[in-house]
Amino acid sequence: MEVPILRQGQFLIASIQSALTDADLSHLREALIAQVGRSRCRGVIVDVTALDVMDSFAVRTLRDIAHMARLRGAETVIVGIQPDVAFAMVQLGLTLKGVATVLDLEEGLAFLNRRTEERTFEAKPKKPSGRG
Amino acid sequence: MGEELRLPITADVDVVEARQQGRALAAVAGFSSGEQTVIAAAISEIARNILMYAKKGEITLSLVQNGDRQGVAIVAVDQGPGIPDIERAMQYGYSTSHGVGAGLPGAKRLMDEFEVDSVVGRGTTVTMTKWRRAI
Repeated sequence: MEVPILRQGQFLIASIQSALTDADLSHLREALIAQVGRSRCRGVIVDVTALDVMDSFAVRTLRDIAHMARLRGAETVIVGIQPDVAFAMVQLGLTLKGVATVLDLEEGLAFLNRRTEERTFEAKPKKPSGRG
Repeated sequence: MGEELRLPITADVDVVEARQQGRALAAVAGFSSGEQTVIAAAISEIARNILMYAKKGEITLSLVQNGDRQGVAIVAVDQGPGIPDIERAMQYGYSTSHGVGAGLPGAKRLMDEFEVDSVVGRGTTVTMTKWRRAI
């Protein structure tokens, strides 16, 4: 089951449509990281609304995606973790430490817009000095 | 109860199938959707362990009853290399396969009863049960 990756402006959106096997998840990781470079995007949204379960492998793969994308200059945000899935993750002792998570796709886009604006701002040189 | 499902685990699609069947059975037993997900996650962890360490095996799902309590029992059997140090394998975060080390200890956290029986060179059997909370 291949996960479609759409491009929306500066961002990539991977929208998971059904339960994924470990191989599907690994494939998604490779595809996203490759595409971050190809499309020179600044942000990645992984929509997990349709995931039935987030077990240790899924959580690790999502964490890897976020960390690898960051190394390639893109911010990642995970959206759509369902209440039952969150419940099971907590019971299992799994966290997504260091990975941004927001409620849904809309929040995800808003988050990335904010983050990429901040980064652009940070990248600008500080106030011109030594004049006058 | 008679309801027993035997599922071969030989590829990663079988892991998904096993946890989905487990969820369906948990729904039949009357578990809440949160607990169905918990049971599915536990099945996912032990089914992956079969693939990772033994390459193949089998998971049996069944409905169980104790007095007026209903539950789901899961038995995972493989003829793999076995676990040399079960105590260590049950430590959260310990892994011999570059995993996150949440497989066995993770599944144990999720279930009410959990037992590992393993003989090196012969294989491993994991038996676990989740009971429905009285309302």
